[in-house]
Amino acid sequence: MAFIEMRNIWQRHDGHDILKNINLRIDRGAVFALIGPTGAGKTTLLRLLDLIDTPAEGEIFLDGTKVTTTEKVRLEARRRMAFVLQKPVVFNMSVYDNVACALRWRGMPRRQVHERVEHILERVGLTEYGKRHARTLSGGEMQRVAIARAIVTGPELLLLDEPTANLDPVSASRIEDLIAGIIKHDVMTVVMATHDMLQGQRLADRISVLVDGEILQTGDPRDVFNSPRNRQIAEFVGVENILDGVVASNEGEMATIDINGTLIEAVTGYPVGEEVSVCMRPEDITVALSKYSSSARNSLAGEVTWAVDTGPLTRVEIDCGFPLVALVTRRSAEELGLKKGRQVYATFKVVSMHVIKRH
Amino acid sequence: MVELWHGLLRAVELIITFDPEVMQIAGRSLRIALTSAVIASVICIPVASIIHFNEFRGKRFLVSLIQTFYSIPTVAIGLFVFVFISSAGPLGFLGIIFTPAAIVVGQVLLITPILLGLTISALRGVDRTILDTARSLGASQMQMMVLTIREARFAVMAAVIMGFGRAISEVGISLMIGGNIRGATRVITTAISLETSKGDLEFALALGIILIFIALVVNIVMNRIQQR
Repeated sequence: MAFIEMRNIWQRHDGHDILKNINLRIDRGAVFALIGPTGAGKTTLLRLLDLIDTPAEGEIFLDGTKVTTTEKVRLEARRRMAFVLQKPVVFNMSVYDNVACALRWRGMPRRQVHERVEHILERVGLTEYGKRHARTLSGGEMQRVAIARAIVTGPELLLLDEPTANLDPVSASRIEDLIAGIIKHDVMTVVMATHDMLQGQRLADRISVLVDGEILQTGDPRDVFNSPRNRQIAEFVGVENILDGVVASNEGEMATIDINGTLIEAVTGYPVGEEVSVCMRPEDITVALSKYSSSARNSLAGEVTWAVDTGPLTRVEIDCGFPLVALVTRRSAEELGLKKGRQVYATFKVVSMHVIKRH
Repeated sequence: MVELWHGLLRAVELIITFDPEVMQIAGRSLRIALTSAVIASVICIPVASIIHFNEFRGKRFLVSLIQTFYSIPTVAIGLFVFVFISSAGPLGFLGIIFTPAAIVVGQVLLITPILLGLTISALRGVDRTILDTARSLGASQMQMMVLTIREARFAVMAAVIMGFGRAISEVGISLMIGGNIRGATRVITTAISLETSKGDLEFALALGIILIFIALVVNIVMNRIQQR
C-alpha cells in the first residue's frame, strides 16, 4: 500500500485547470521529486498534499486513510507532515520560538520542547542564533530556520517547495547538503518540487515530470533523464540536441534516420516513414579530428561554429548539416584547437541516442 | 493678551505644584479612558479576528459599516446610553447613571468601531505566507488566530492607542451620562468646558495643557510602535 496516494486530483483557479487528473502513489521512505518548469502546478500539488488547500475534484489518502474530509481529519493528518514553503518566512519572534511553535501547538511539555529545539538548532548549525530575532537573518539562514521548524516535530512526510530557489549558490548548496543529510538520517518520506533537474536527480529516487498541470512521466531519475518520453520532457530535462528527422530504414530495431539529408544510425522500434526526434546529450558527443570507424557509432564531419568555456568544460557547437552541441573537457578542446572554422568529426554511440515520436 | 499670558503662567504653576484638584481630575480622566480602552480591546481583538478569519455574506458591508461608525458623534452615544440607563430606562435598575461606570460604557461604545476596524486592517496586513506556514506546521484555527494577532501586534497596539486617544479626548459622553459631578465624574474635558464658561481660564488652561501633553505622549508612543 502506498503511503500517499492522490486519486484523480483536479484543481482549478478562476476557471483554469491548474492540475489535470493527477494520480500519484508514493511509498513510505521514498524521496520523490516533482520537476517541471515554473508555473507547472508543483506548488499547487504540494499545497494539496499538505491539505492546506482542498482539491476541486479527487481524493487523497495518507497511509490508506482518506484525508480529504473534515477539517479535524485534515489537521490531524497535517500534523504528521511538514511543509517548507518556497518563500522562507519566519514568524516575528526569536529563532528559538520559531522552531518551538509547532511543538507548542501540539501541546508538548516545556522541557521536552527545549530539548528538541536545542537539538534541531544544533543540527542545522544555528545553535548560537536561538535568541536572535528571526527577522534579522539572511535568506539562507531563514531557510535553515524554516527547515528546522519543519523537521522538529519528526514528521512522517516532509514536503519541500523549491528549497533552494531563492538562494545564492553557496547558501543553496548548504541547504541541499542539509536536505541530503535529513534524507539520509531521518526515516521520512520526502516530496520535493524543483525546477532544477539536476537537484532532482541528486536527491530523489523517483521523479515525476509535471508540465502544464499534467504528469507526463514518472520513473527512476536516470530513466527520465536519459529516456524522456516526448520532446517537451526532453527539453526540460536538459537534452540540448533534439533533431527532427524521418525513419529511412529499420531492420530489427537498427534504424537509419534521415535528418536534413544526413543519415544517422539509431536504435528504435518506429517504422519507416515515422516522423521522429532524436535526442542526444551534449556530454555523449565526442569531438575528434579524424573519422571514427566503428559500426556502433555515428561519425559526422562538421565545422565548429562556436566554442566557449564553461568552467572545466568547453561547449562546442558544430554544424554537421544540422547544429550539434557537444561538451568536451577544456584540455582536449585546447589540444584539438577547437575554434570557429575548425573541421572536426562529431562522434556519438548509437545507444546514447534516444528516439521519440513527434506529435 | 496680558490675561492670556497670566493665565498660562498660572496654569503652569498649577501643574508643577501638583494642585490636588487638577491632579485628581487628570487622574480620573486617565483611569476612565484606560479602563474603556482595556475593556474595548478585550472585546474587539477577538471579535475582529473572528470577522477576519471567517468568510460570510455581507462581510464587506459589515466592515464598511464599522468604518462608518469611526466618526459617530459623542453626543449621539451620550443620548443613546442615557436613554437606556436613566432611571426610567430599561437598564435604569443598574443605577449607574452619573457614575464613572456609565462614562466607561459610553466610551467603550464610542471606540469599539475604531478598535474593530483598525484591528481588522492590522490582521489583514499579515502576509498570507505566514498563515500558510502556520497552518502547515499544524496550527489549529484558534492557534492561527493567536499567531496572527501576535504577528500584527504593533498594528493592533496602534489601534488600541487610537481608541484610548479618542476616549480621553471626548466630552459629549462624559458630560451627558457622567454629569460632570465634582469629585465623582468630573474629567479633564468636562472641567475645561465648565471652567471656561465660568471664566476661570487658568484652571481650564492647566487642564488643557495636561490633555495636550497626554495626546503628545500617546502620539510619540504610537510613532515609535509604528516604526518597528
